[in-house]
Amino acid sequence: MLILNCPYCGVDAEETELAAGGEAHLKRYGPGSSDDEFHDYLFMRENPKGVHFERWRHANGCGKWFHAARCTQTLEVFGTYTAQTSEPPQDIKDAIAAKRPGWTWRGFS
Amino acid sequence: MSTRLAKQGRLINRSKQVTFTFNGTSMQGYEGDTLASALLANDQMMMGRSFKYHRPRGVVASGAEEPNALVGLGQGNRFEPNQRTTTTELFNGLTAISQNHWPNLEFDIGAVNSAFARFLPGGFYYKMFIHPKPFWKHVYEPFIRQSAGLGKAPDKDSRDADTYEHFYAFTDVLVIGGGVAGLQAAKAAASSGAKVMLIEQTAYWGGRAPVDGGTIDGNPVDKFVDQLVAELEAMENVTMRNRCMGAGVYDHGYVLGYERLTDHTPGVQGPRHRLWRIRAKQVVTATGAIERPLSFAGNDVPGVMLASAMRDYVVNWGVTSGERVIVATNNDDAYRTAIILKQAGVDVLRVVDARDTAGPLAEEARQLGIRVDPGKAIAKVKGGKRVKKVAICNQEGIGGAREEVECDAVAMSGGWSPVVHMWSHCGGKLTWDEANAHFRPDPERPPLGANGEGFVVAAGSANGPLALGDVLADAQTAGEAAANAAGFKPKTADAPKGETTTEAPMEPVWLMPSNAEISLRMKSWLDFQNDVKVSDVQLAAREGYESVEHTKRYTTLGMATDQGKLSNINGLAILADALDAEIPKVGTTTFRPPYTPISLASIGGEARGEVFQPIRQTPMHDWHNKNGADWEPVGHWRRTYAYVRPGESVHDAVNREVKNTRENLGLLDASTLGKLIVKGPDAGKFLDMMYTNMMSTLKVGKCRYGLMCSENGFLIDDGVVARIDEDTWLCHTTTGGAERIHGHMEEWLQTEWWDWKVYVANVTEQYAQVAVVGPNARKVLEKLGGMDVSKEALPFMEWRDGKIGDFDCRAYRISFSGELSYEIAVPASQGRAFWDALIAAGQEFGVMPYGTECLHILRAEKGFIMIGDETDGTVIPQDLGLHWALSKKKEDYLGKRAHSRTHMADPERWKLVGLETVDGSVIPDGAYAVGEGVNANGQRNMIGRVTSTYYSANLDRGIAMGLIKHGPDRMGEIVEFPGTDGKTYKAKIVDPIFYDKDGEKQNV
Amino acid sequence: MSEPISALNHASYEGIAKVEECGLQGMITLRGDLSDKVLAKAVKDATGQKVPGQREALVAGDTGVCWMSTDELLVLVPYAEVEAKLAAMTNALSGTHALAVNVSDARAVFRISGASAREVMGKLAPVDLSVDAFQPDQIRRSRLAQVAGAFWMDDAETLRVVCFRSVADYVFNLLKVAAQPGSEVGVY
Repeated sequence: MLILNCPYCGVDAEETELAAGGEAHLKRYGPGSSDDEFHDYLFMRENPKGVHFERWRHANGCGKWFHAARCTQTLEVFGTYTAQTSEPPQDIKDAIAAKRPGWTWRGFS
Repeated sequence: MSTRLAKQGRLINRSKQVTFTFNGTSMQGYEGDTLASALLANDQMMMGRSFKYHRPRGVVASGAEEPNALVGLGQGNRFEPNQRTTTTELFNGLTAISQNHWPNLEFDIGAVNSAFARFLPGGFYYKMFIHPKPFWKHVYEPFIRQSAGLGKAPDKDSRDADTYEHFYAFTDVLVIGGGVAGLQAAKAAASSGAKVMLIEQTAYWGGRAPVDGGTIDGNPVDKFVDQLVAELEAMENVTMRNRCMGAGVYDHGYVLGYERLTDHTPGVQGPRHRLWRIRAKQVVTATGAIERPLSFAGNDVPGVMLASAMRDYVVNWGVTSGERVIVATNNDDAYRTAIILKQAGVDVLRVVDARDTAGPLAEEARQLGIRVDPGKAIAKVKGGKRVKKVAICNQEGIGGAREEVECDAVAMSGGWSPVVHMWSHCGGKLTWDEANAHFRPDPERPPLGANGEGFVVAAGSANGPLALGDVLADAQTAGEAAANAAGFKPKTADAPKGETTTEAPMEPVWLMPSNAEISLRMKSWLDFQNDVKVSDVQLAAREGYESVEHTKRYTTLGMATDQGKLSNINGLAILADALDAEIPKVGTTTFRPPYTPISLASIGGEARGEVFQPIRQTPMHDWHNKNGADWEPVGHWRRTYAYVRPGESVHDAVNREVKNTRENLGLLDASTLGKLIVKGPDAGKFLDMMYTNMMSTLKVGKCRYGLMCSENGFLIDDGVVARIDEDTWLCHTTTGGAERIHGHMEEWLQTEWWDWKVYVANVTEQYAQVAVVGPNARKVLEKLGGMDVSKEALPFMEWRDGKIGDFDCRAYRISFSGELSYEIAVPASQGRAFWDALIAAGQEFGVMPYGTECLHILRAEKGFIMIGDETDGTVIPQDLGLHWALSKKKEDYLGKRAHSRTHMADPERWKLVGLETVDGSVIPDGAYAVGEGVNANGQRNMIGRVTSTYYSANLDRGIAMGLIKHGPDRMGEIVEFPGTDGKTYKAKIVDPIFYDKDGEKQNV
Repeated sequence: MSEPISALNHASYEGIAKVEECGLQGMITLRGDLSDKVLAKAVKDATGQKVPGQREALVAGDTGVCWMSTDELLVLVPYAEVEAKLAAMTNALSGTHALAVNVSDARAVFRISGASAREVMGKLAPVDLSVDAFQPDQIRRSRLAQVAGAFWMDDAETLRVVCFRSVADYVFNLLKVAAQPGSEVGVY
């Protein structure tokens, strides 16, 4: 059972306080987008063995959504950060690079 | 026979006698006894029968690893099966019954299985139960049901008399195991100032070191333990719990501790078990080692025991397991048993040592007059319910040239295996130790924590070292390492100096004698609990089972309550040999929590009885309860399905409510409907994205029905939205939708449109809301007085703040029934008083409260959809004819893009229609409409399904709504719905509005 | 106006700690920019308290303010004054993007008191309640067994617990089980 630090209330919350919200940093496609774009937005997800970016909500807590960067294989947590961003902040990317040199995830590295 | 010694027994209090019963026979023991030691003291060596062959079985071990001596403990609402006698502390009045026997322990009919053992080989279940097919139902299943399962389930009508609880604990370092290693590791870690928690599964500290002897810093081990425990108890940063087993180690330092608070004092106030949900930065596993049995023929006959266990019974409980004992070993440690038995006055006939050379302990034994036979093995143990004699042969060879020796007990030792469970549960890897022929934790591959570093450290014999001095040194290092890793600076210190007699190397012996012939191998047990023998594993290997995990399932080796604590290593060594592979290549099966079985009730914790699950109650809950409410769960809410009067059936009550609401006056407790306040300069823009229709243009004071879709277009909720002021809206959601839709809104606001200025608050429970419905609705409100509720002052689909009677309220003119209807919200703290006032004032107008079933019928009569009935997560507004609610002006809203995907716009989609049975009957819930032809499985093609179906008392006929292929184009056609009752229901496709098509009744 | 009634009308229980339903408590959910001066003044005027920092609870009796999240406060005022205080607050915030809403009746409040108060809560919430981890003036939102809740300490042996009104009965029963006689844990 994971523990993630909520970047809003500062609590190290165990998983029973949290709700998982799927993959992070999806770009929304609305009316006017092509069928392929919309299809990919709805359904296509990464399924990495290793570095991954996810959304979580501190549901039984401050109620805020946040992002977590973690390793799906070892459950190592590289960091958590706010949901108000469309890409991982540099310090998170650096933290991952220190542990997983050469990592890539979608367009990020 | 086994008996109590006049002296000895470091754990028993001879001044406190305890009375208990075993299979109805009254027996005596002492305080401090385990049930096993007390039974042995009463010469009750045979404690149960095996699972498959019902062979007589005695106690083998003295602790958690015991496979055989399982009993049913207690009676009635405190009965529990499969309890190990070796870990059951004795108390006055304990009642135990042995298991797996019929009619009784001494004479058992199932033992006939043993005679057929050759027909019940490894993989028996898989081979036997395949053919012929009809046998399954009439022969195999009844047989399996009869014989499956260890022990007996508690009486189905009894309810556990005890309570249980969880406790969340947080510590820097958790030490699992309170033997000398655990104690020393705890001390080393605690010296850093780190918070240390130390848990021990038994009732006493020190583990088995005091039994094994030696000295620590020149003192007896007992004295060292007492001093160390006192020292730790005095430290403020150390928490110690005995009777608390480390059950499992999980991700991110999560550990379950299973504390047995009153098992030894049943009936005492307080919870029986406490499940500790511990978060530790570092875990030290100091869980010791378990002795391995030797595989020789007849090693399961009662009286054959682990050498260490036989020693424990003497030293800890003053009990000897036999009068004439033979010791069989492949290592020096078993000589300690021979010596201790001899010193206790037992006739130790000889030590059969498979090795050619032994160490100083053998010499010590010889000097006590014990005969030592090097290079020898046990060929076979003879006896049924008790060891009678042992045939001895050379270890090398097939087991010929036997010499028979009469005896009544055999102590066996096949070497020691570290208890690696806590290391392995969360992914710690093992390494094969050639010298000791065991798997031990590989320090290079520990389980990884949240920071990517190892979070478990093994200490003492759980880490491999077996000699006292090495154990203490290892524990000191482990404790310091754990404190360090947890972020503390331990005071480095030398470990206390443990001294024991030097031991000669052990030699792995996986079979006795080394090339035992088949008749011996068929009687050489690996897994006592599941009756798996050497021959079974060899057969599995011959049949192609190479993976140890597959072999486990095929043979049942290592299954059930003991999970192979004794059998695993021996079994996989046999498998490796049969496969001609190295043991580390074969590997172990997965170690899964819990370490030993824990009570299901402890996992449930407090969640039983009235707090099994939260039940959400409205402010009027008590009134409903006192007035015949037949409850319906809606999410966690309890809503009234119908108010049943004396003499009425539920169905009668529903019909009465349905008619009365249309004819007079009905009251519905609508408090459970979600109420979300959405406020801010961008609130209108935001709601235009949330809803399919336009909410930004709603005028203050007015209401609008809205639909919500998910991003992939499916309907997720509906409800009436009211505009409160220029930048504030109040959104009603369905009962089940309040938290979900609140979360949905927050999700979009926080993660997509975080720059939009909108705040949302869930005020669902701030208000009690009552739907006042029916032709007399206005009359009752006018009687209570207050605000003007006339058609002119409060028109349909508008709302006003004001007072009804004395109550501050907000009144909405909205209708989910098609009747004249007001939904009135008052503060929850006055909800009950408001309800009472309406009931009182409504008497002259024929008031009746109505429940959710009436609500459903009234809305179905009007063709209003219900989220969860007409929708199921695959339905879009267009399917339900709700095109009018899809804004064409808006460029975007959640679901809009999805609705233009090809299959969403497909004319073949099933569409909503009304269904009127030809004969007036009610179509069964969930029925499907069938069309022409059959599908690939030969079933009739489906062309639709019923979504809502009711008896309408107002129309005196069955009415239904359903989704039908091309439905709206097929008005008047008859479709068929086969029921599960064998009948076919014929229904005409009609408009879904059955009642008051023009909507005149609600708009008066 | 009829007499308002709290969810459990002052029910109480005595085990290893005393559990009481506190009756009606005025509560306002205030959402807005917590660094905003107008908001700070509105809070000060209503409660006499400054805007609390992260997870801070500044409460004296039935008046105070608790940090709920980065843009949300829970303002406590006497029940009888909640409408007036809310009106004043709404008025003060009229030119600001903020939401102040009365939630007094949407909640139930319990007091757990006695030497074992921390342990009672430690059986229900996955929170470190040791003295070095949790102190008066701190608030924690978490779960109480299966429902959401928030709690803070009024003093070293007193916890105040807030939950939704609809589950008041569940939470009270939960606290009773956790406070049952003979269930002292002996760690806090």
